[in-house]
Amino acid sequence: MNATTESTELIRLTALQMAEKLRTGEITSVELTQAHLDRIAAVDGGERGIHAFLHVNPEEALAVAAEVDAIRAAGGAEAEALHPLAGVPVAVKDNIVTIGQPTTAGSRMLEGWMSPYDATVVTKLRRARLPILGKTNLDEFAMGGSTEHSAFGNTRNPWDLDRIPGGSGGGSAAAVAAFMAPLALGSDTGGSIRQPGAVTGTVGAKPTYGGVSRYGVIAMASSLDQIGPVARTVQDAAALQELLGGHDAKDSTSLTEPLEGLLTAARQHDVTGLRIGIVSELRGEGYQEGVLERFREAVTILQDAGAEVVEVSCPHLKYALGAYYLIMPSEASSNLAKFDGVRYGNRVVPDEGGTIEQVMGATRAAGFGEEVKRRIILGTYALSAGYYDAYYGSAQKIRTLVQRDFDEAFSKVDVLISPTSPTTAFGLGEKIDDPLAMYLNDVATIPANLAGIPGISVPGGLAEGLPVGVQFLAPVRGDAVMYRAAAALESRLEQAWGAQLWTQAPDLDDTRSTQPAGVGTADRTAGGENR
Amino acid sequence: MSAITREDVAHLARLAHIRMDEQELDKMSGELAVIMDAVAAVSEVAGDDVPPTSHPIPLTNVFREDEPGEMLSQEQALAMAPEAEDGQFRVPAILEGE
Repeated sequence: MNATTESTELIRLTALQMAEKLRTGEITSVELTQAHLDRIAAVDGGERGIHAFLHVNPEEALAVAAEVDAIRAAGGAEAEALHPLAGVPVAVKDNIVTIGQPTTAGSRMLEGWMSPYDATVVTKLRRARLPILGKTNLDEFAMGGSTEHSAFGNTRNPWDLDRIPGGSGGGSAAAVAAFMAPLALGSDTGGSIRQPGAVTGTVGAKPTYGGVSRYGVIAMASSLDQIGPVARTVQDAAALQELLGGHDAKDSTSLTEPLEGLLTAARQHDVTGLRIGIVSELRGEGYQEGVLERFREAVTILQDAGAEVVEVSCPHLKYALGAYYLIMPSEASSNLAKFDGVRYGNRVVPDEGGTIEQVMGATRAAGFGEEVKRRIILGTYALSAGYYDAYYGSAQKIRTLVQRDFDEAFSKVDVLISPTSPTTAFGLGEKIDDPLAMYLNDVATIPANLAGIPGISVPGGLAEGLPVGVQFLAPVRGDAVMYRAAAALESRLEQAWGAQLWTQAPDLDDTRSTQPAGVGTADRTAGGENR
Repeated sequence: MSAITREDVAHLARLAHIRMDEQELDKMSGELAVIMDAVAAVSEVAGDDVPPTSHPIPLTNVFREDEPGEMLSQEQALAMAPEAEDGQFRVPAILEGE
């Protein structure tokens, strides 16, 4: 086997397999990190590149990798104390702040901005010594379902380069799907971790609200936002969530008790006697037939494995989308008021000069993209005098009804199951001029955010060659049972397929050889140091 | 009730401090009308007996000792400001004229 084949094999391992090879000394973290950087250089740039990364961080990533290798080589107590995932590289969604790398949130507003502090999840990655490969693309301020709303260009789906990778975390999902990173961080406000997972054939989990600190994620809707793991397997996702989770004094909404036993649950693979509810309202009309076929197969497999499957009704879920598109923009309009061109971000002064009010108006006009403006205006409307009770107030009541529906359902079953997204990946540009059609992508993922419950998407197979996601939902603090059910389905599907789903993904061309001279990656780098 | 007019959008844009040209106002009012039609049903679902939920997990106030923790230095806080002077953020004039 030559060196190239070896590194190609290396990047296709799971994160836990990589961790094991690092532990036994079979590979070094520098080799592993370099293999991923090589992969990024090969498939992420150029006209037809994936463009999952807005910024690549080779020097720091390799330095951290070398530290891990040195500690391991020296042995002793420090080597013993290394985190199990130490040395396994990770990518970070670009709405999570990092010292030493630009954080743009996919917005012109923050182009070139360098955070003076780290998000708590980043601090945890640094403490556990996971090399950070770079920052991944997203819809501007995480607002969107396709990553086409990024101010720095769209990301392509590794399964079909002319299709969307989902959103808002399309960069993290595509990076993991295309073997540019084994693990990544995402943020999920209405499905931004799970829906990209579904359409790229990867695993994405939204923990229970408060399970992972939000300190240092650029807030969209604070009562809905949750940071979570992106990976290729359920076990990898569980291992990453365990690393990220726990109480944080800097986030008053973080749970005081940690969510434990996630990886153990993901290793169980047993669903005998587990009660699984099919949500009547989350299938049928609006769902693509191929998605429903894979979903029905998943249910049958779980039944055959010994789970008790029943149908449950959550009648108020049909109002969840409407409630979400009032609550989320309301909170977003307030959260984004801080981008005023005074303390950070870019300031635009009108040609004729002007007062601070005029400068703010020009700054926000130039700094925000269309979708962000749409949501700010929508939120300002829903919160305005005369409409507050009818819109924001009513939406909050629906939130209560959705929670009650879930409480009732979880009094009968342990987990709920549904398709993650009503369709497979759609074409780039297909829905960009139809905001409402774009919003409908989130119909099955939004209810979990409204209720604060955990949700995960796992690959359920292919429909017309494109990945389909199956979603599991669990009660508040029920992350472990969610991982257990998801891992059980994953292992049985892989048995049926004879291999992981990703082995069926098309090979990606090395875009370096096809790139016309002069078209580099510089125009696509969102500020700061070039890759 | 959801008719959202072009004038409404112009007013909201002023409130939100986003300068918008005529073309943008036209486009946005059309789009917002469609979105509001789709979400308007929420106002007809819940009665007065349903309490609103503002947060998914019930929380009580979180207190801590009033002691300084880690903080940014003045230099760090100002490093990324569009304009700073004498250890402070520099802003354009608040009032028109001199």
